[in-house]
Amino acid sequence: MADEDYPNDLLYHPEHDWARVDGDVATFGITWYAQDQLGEVVFYEPPEVGATVSKDQAYSEVESVKAVSEVIAPLSGEVVEANSGLGDSPETINQDPYGDGWMVRVRLSDPSERDSLMDAEAYRASLG
Amino acid sequence: MNVEPPLQRERAVTIFERSQPGRRAFVAPPLDVPERPLDELIPAALQRPRPARLPEVSEPEIVRHYTRISKRNFDLDSGFYPLGSCTMKHNPRLHERVAALPGNARLHPLQDPRRAQGALELMWRLQEALAEIAGLPHVSLQPSAGSHGELAGVLLTRAYHVDRGEHRTKVLAPDTAHGTNPATVTMAGYELVKLATADDGGVDLDDLRAKVGDDVACLMLTNPNTLGLFDRNIEEIARLVHGVGATLYYDGANLNAVTGISRPGDMGFDIVHFNLHKTFTQPHGGGGPGAGPIAVSDRIEPFLPRPQVVRREPDNGGEPFFDLDFERPKSIGRLRGFQGNYGVFVRSYAYIRSLGADGLREMSEIAVLNANYLLARLREAGVAEYLPVAYDRLCMHEFVLSGAPMKRELRIRTLDLAKRLLDHGFHPPTVYFPLLVDEALLVEPTETETRETLDAFADAIAEILREAAEDPEIARQAPYTTPVRRLDEATAARRPVIRQVL
Repeated sequence: MADEDYPNDLLYHPEHDWARVDGDVATFGITWYAQDQLGEVVFYEPPEVGATVSKDQAYSEVESVKAVSEVIAPLSGEVVEANSGLGDSPETINQDPYGDGWMVRVRLSDPSERDSLMDAEAYRASLG
Repeated sequence: MNVEPPLQRERAVTIFERSQPGRRAFVAPPLDVPERPLDELIPAALQRPRPARLPEVSEPEIVRHYTRISKRNFDLDSGFYPLGSCTMKHNPRLHERVAALPGNARLHPLQDPRRAQGALELMWRLQEALAEIAGLPHVSLQPSAGSHGELAGVLLTRAYHVDRGEHRTKVLAPDTAHGTNPATVTMAGYELVKLATADDGGVDLDDLRAKVGDDVACLMLTNPNTLGLFDRNIEEIARLVHGVGATLYYDGANLNAVTGISRPGDMGFDIVHFNLHKTFTQPHGGGGPGAGPIAVSDRIEPFLPRPQVVRREPDNGGEPFFDLDFERPKSIGRLRGFQGNYGVFVRSYAYIRSLGADGLREMSEIAVLNANYLLARLREAGVAEYLPVAYDRLCMHEFVLSGAPMKRELRIRTLDLAKRLLDHGFHPPTVYFPLLVDEALLVEPTETETRETLDAFADAIAEILREAAEDPEIARQAPYTTPVRRLDEATAARRPVIRQVL
């Protein structure tokens, strides 16, 4: 398991998802807190490339030994790449939530949506 | 010195692996009648090309094999089993005696109703008793599990709306609901809408007002809910739900808290399912058999599954008799083959008749008393600092603790505590449910446990916390004394081996 960490270069959604924005493309994943709450992840099914995701809506599901949870899109757009490796080794989500555990890359339809997300400091504060 | 207990040392072996060619448990005596060719008895097309591959073992080996396996299990006959929302109460041995009577145990389900009058009368009387307990006049015994009863209830709701020419698409359920509620809703083709929980642990009325509308078919509710709390706003909830023409469904999983005290029908529910195997005793927890009968109001009655067990009074003044009624044109149809798990009906009917109305009320009162006693006893033992109760109210028959402070300060999780309880000889409570409580522990002691058992359980929890304060690693590596040590649940789910080649 990774140690608790919320990198400063990411943006955070209150449903415990992160986005790394690079121009009009962003990478999504779930935060350390989310994977810690879930416990060991046993199943993740990536969405199809080309699928449309909408901010605040679920785009996939992640299943742990405790529960099945929806994965919420922090921003809107079209999936241009999905981390297919997670299908065979979902434990990567626990081991490296901000690196190899990334979930999708999305071409943003409205980059200005990023203004509504939290920075690392605000997200950490929201966890209490 | 580290001595492994014998059951831990022994590798699990299937009965097939114990097989030796030619070995037999029973040898039939020589035939004393002329042997007839097999082809005369069974058409060639129906004969096996080669004999079935059955294990070849001696009788003592069969006995030892299954006895050994039974010892690798934890059951209510071995110890305390406070599994929340499951009502693991003692199953009186009297029930086994009556269920084993030949007229009950050997009755064939295809027997003509005229020659199964005793069984049909028992089922009819059970229906009458359940109708009285639910406060709703009509009962079907067909559903064979709580989840099956839920599905029946939602299908009845759909039939009811369709019959009125209405197309509704949503079903509401609180975020504390049993997982079977959303699964049932989805299976029945409805969209699930989750209701938030208010600060007192009940349904958030403002959220309900915002979400209830003429597209809502039903609200599924458990009362008391999975937090072990009675929703005091139930009449207002019923008013809001009925106000938009939707049905109100009662998940009877927690009926053990209110039997003989309050009735779902009086609270305004239209459809109720019972878990006979929980509330009315039955060995359960291994996947069945169970029974999930439903009780419904007059407006739902035309749609009940068929056939119904009925009592007929002949016009010519003859003796009343019991029958299966298939003449139900609006019925949602059959939910299963035959009439249900009859052995469960016998046990539940025996229980209801043994206790009577006063006894059933006392059953619930003691279930609630035991839960509150255990909660108070845990507080007294200093457990509340690390395992506070999630909603601090008088609880009903069960209560939810949060292991969040324990995880933060003692660095053991609820899962570690649960595993360590096994070494103390207790089955752990339900863990990580309901989902809205962090590191949840859902404890339901039931009315059949003694004060000494509840004390011992509270002491064991206090002892595990004391031990964790000194060395959290002990709980993290637990259990130590069970037939298998901690299982790798993640790998079992990620890379399941579901087939053993023999």
